Amino acid sequence: MNLKTLVWRELAERPSAMLTSTLMILLGVTALVAIRHVTVFSEREVGQQLQSLGANVLVLPKEATLQDYYSADLTERTLPESHVASILLENLPGVERLSPKLCVSAKVADRDVTLTGILPQSEFQAKAVWQSVSLFSNKHEGCKKAACGPKTYDAAPETLASERTIDQLKGNEAVIGADVAEFSALKPGQSIKMFGEKLQVLAVLPRTGTVDDSRVFAHLHTVQRLTNAGEVVNAIEVMGCCEDAAGGLVPKLAELLPDAKVVTISQVVSTQVGINRLMSQMSLFVLAILVIVGGASVASTISSNVRERRREVGTLMALGATPSLVTRMFLLKAWTLGIVGAVGGSVLGLIVAMVLGSQWAGVAVTPLPGLIALSIGVALVITTLAALWPARSAAKLDPCCCFQEI
Amino acid sequence: MFHLQDITKVYRRRQQEVVAFKASSLDIGLGEYVAVVGPSGSGKTTLLSMLGGMLSPDTGKVWFEGESLYDLSITARTRRRREQIGFVFQTFNLVPYLTALENVQVPLFLNGVSKSEQRDRAVSLLEQVGLGNRIEHKPSELSTGQQQRVALARTLANNPRLILADEPTGNLDPDSREAVLSMFDKFVSEGRTIVMVTHDPGAAARASRQLRLNDGMLVSSEESQNVTGAKPAKAA
Repeated sequence: MNLKTLVWRELAERPSAMLTSTLMILLGVTALVAIRHVTVFSEREVGQQLQSLGANVLVLPKEATLQDYYSADLTERTLPESHVASILLENLPGVERLSPKLCVSAKVADRDVTLTGILPQSEFQAKAVWQSVSLFSNKHEGCKKAACGPKTYDAAPETLASERTIDQLKGNEAVIGADVAEFSALKPGQSIKMFGEKLQVLAVLPRTGTVDDSRVFAHLHTVQRLTNAGEVVNAIEVMGCCEDAAGGLVPKLAELLPDAKVVTISQVVSTQVGINRLMSQMSLFVLAILVIVGGASVASTISSNVRERRREVGTLMALGATPSLVTRMFLLKAWTLGIVGAVGGSVLGLIVAMVLGSQWAGVAVTPLPGLIALSIGVALVITTLAALWPARSAAKLDPCCCFQEI
Repeated sequence: MFHLQDITKVYRRRQQEVVAFKASSLDIGLGEYVAVVGPSGSGKTTLLSMLGGMLSPDTGKVWFEGESLYDLSITARTRRRREQIGFVFQTFNLVPYLTALENVQVPLFLNGVSKSEQRDRAVSLLEQVGLGNRIEHKPSELSTGQQQRVALARTLANNPRLILADEPTGNLDPDSREAVLSMFDKFVSEGRTIVMVTHDPGAAARASRQLRLNDGMLVSSEESQNVTGAKPAKAA
């Protein structure tokens, strides 16, 4: 016999009396763990998206929207290609790469595709040498990037999918998206006919799940020539060296190109960031609910347990139980409720997050041990604080109540 | 063993004062078998509580084994109770969700006895009270007489020198009553002191001394005619 046995025997004998409190804690912790897990992984996802895009800044026609850009629906709105040269010559701090794009609708194997003209990075290098400027070597203040300067521009064409730029692309070459390759059954080395001209497929991009899968990328000047668009582009993607560069670039670009709209990519994910912020605040709300409802429930349960067991407590005190032992007895009971509720809630919350996280937020959730430990810790602190007063009042019970008849 | 000096205990309820117990002097000797009798509300349980170190008097001192009980800290008083005093209750006060064995183990656990020793001693005590075959039974699975015997085994767990009993036969059938009183006789013959509150004249008659209370006052203290217990030793 010890204190644990004494407490456990009672809980095992009368579990229903404690069920409500345990359920309250369990539900609170479930909600907390589920929301926090989904929030954390959603934030990570957004971070990764931003990271994969680099510290991008978009230069768009004034009347274009981000939605137009992401749906590649920019055919009616253009910017002069000379803006690219303007940015290049300005050698703005933090700019690492530029990617001008011209998008036009086209058909491949009777399917709608977007023919996108891009300028390979090697041509920027040639232009820089020709114009005697140092290409993309101007670090911004506080730059975290270790190296900045001359590059070799010999990366594989498939990197276009992740890097947003291509190093080498000839005028008669094309890089096709995964969907285009699939429905047209095209492979590298074969030809694709665009606007009556055959272009050799240089590479097939890996699937990205974006509009890029249904694009055919060709040299910008080839697209301009084939579509008679003139020396225009629909958008200029500006890749900064790191995330901190974007903030400084936007006003400088806006000043440099007053007829264009300059936006940061982070605005694209602003909705998701907003949802994440809402979920983060929601988790604080759930924590407050857990504190209030869970705490009140534990306090009520332990208080009622003390009232029911007055005679038993009196008897234990008559038999030699000290007030501190009586306090510990009720606290141990509360901790047991707290641990069962918190551990059960953590497991349940994790399952909910793993199942619903992918469905609701589109993120894959894996357990975060630190978060689970923190939730259990919070639940235990709440149960301790809630049970402290009734436990201390039990310790102050008059032991003489053991003599009173029922 | 006990010396009560100028004791007063007053209960205050709704601006009214009720004298629960008052005695200028009372001695209870080592090995005495004392029955406390009197009508309901006469202060019997108040006296028992004060002797048990659970209710401090408003005035006066309760000397126990030469120490002023209520000048000790709560912890020290609890230790005296745990090590030297055993309680017997009218309704047994067994913990309902513990087995007979575990109920007897409770005072041993409170006294810091190791688990294995707890079990050995509890089994031995339950065998002594004739319940060796009922150790895993819960109180609800035992008759009232058996429950009181479990309670007696629990009382003896820490081998107390003093037993304070509150109506120990009040809820028992005649056979169980006789069994309990026989055990009390045995306890006294082993040198223990018993102070028993009772309404049962037959039980009181088996004590070596009867203290009669009325309205909180000690009205008489007389030797029983039918003494079965040991002679009182000199009061401490």
